[in-house]
Amino acid sequence: MDSDIEAARPWVEAANPTYVTLIDQSHRLSSLYNMVNVPQAVWIDEQGRVVRPTETGGSIDVLREFDMEKKAFKPGAMERAQVAKATYLDAVKDWAIHGAESRFAFDPDESRSHVKTASPDVMLAHAKFQLGQYLARNQRTEEAEALFAECRDLHPDSWNIFRQTAEKLETGIAGGEEFWEKVMALGDKEYYESIDMDGLR
Amino acid sequence: MVTVLTEASEARVSAEQGQTLWLARGDLERATGWQMKPEGFCKDDVCVPTPRGQESDYLRDDEVNATAFWQLMGKTAVASRDGDVWFLGEGAEQRNEALLSLQAPDFTLSDFSGKPHRLSDYRRQRILLITWASW
Repeated sequence: MDSDIEAARPWVEAANPTYVTLIDQSHRLSSLYNMVNVPQAVWIDEQGRVVRPTETGGSIDVLREFDMEKKAFKPGAMERAQVAKATYLDAVKDWAIHGAESRFAFDPDESRSHVKTASPDVMLAHAKFQLGQYLARNQRTEEAEALFAECRDLHPDSWNIFRQTAEKLETGIAGGEEFWEKVMALGDKEYYESIDMDGLR
Repeated sequence: MVTVLTEASEARVSAEQGQTLWLARGDLERATGWQMKPEGFCKDDVCVPTPRGQESDYLRDDEVNATAFWQLMGKTAVASRDGDVWFLGEGAEQRNEALLSLQAPDFTLSDFSGKPHRLSDYRRQRILLITWASW
């Protein structure tokens, strides 16, 4: 999910993946699947049915264990994140092998109960975001920026909208002051919402 | 000229720029896939009737008020300041119905060599759709 394909390309080339890698410049998937962050994932079975709706894809919330002075995560945080990622990947593999028989695949009722629905404001934010992306691609930066500001207000839970349109560090990461301010303002809310899976709840 | 964007398409049509989008019938279909029929505003097997007594808000000569119809259907219509670019998107009700149906919403996106891929072309395989970004 990158409005600038060239920002994503070096990462994709370095990873050289064997799976299909697509570029979503207008964040259409955010709208279609009601996504708010990366990585988020959806499991889709052979009939095109969703057996795990949009959820955090293997990350856990350790952001607030980042020590700003030392510019490093507190002891244990990265290790816990690695364990979570491995746990999630094991679940993906289990489903790849066992399909509907996998204990990680939801039945339709369970799957439906895990769907997060979108509000009219969220849909308005997605529409304005996609319009803004089009204008930005056509050098109408100032008008696009105004739309993005509206999007942030309409859909404050979306890190995809926020980080895509936030100031970037030299590394290309939206990890500046405004990002950390928003993270710290989360309070009890999680940055990566925990998911309903053994070992990750 | 006006550019009409939807979640799946981009069309250029000759229409007046403004905060209401009046489209010639043919352009309406080309830009949105919706068609003006005697029974109303139709796509596939769905028809939304023109509200009785308010026909002039929705129709004039050979043109259709796309903005009014979009809003009538509870969908999201937004325009650039000059009204020269429109985005006609889904509404919350349609989106949530689709999500709760558990049928994975279809889409086409390109890979890094520019080749388009459609989700539904990967039927009969299990798909892990996972997002990532550089930022």
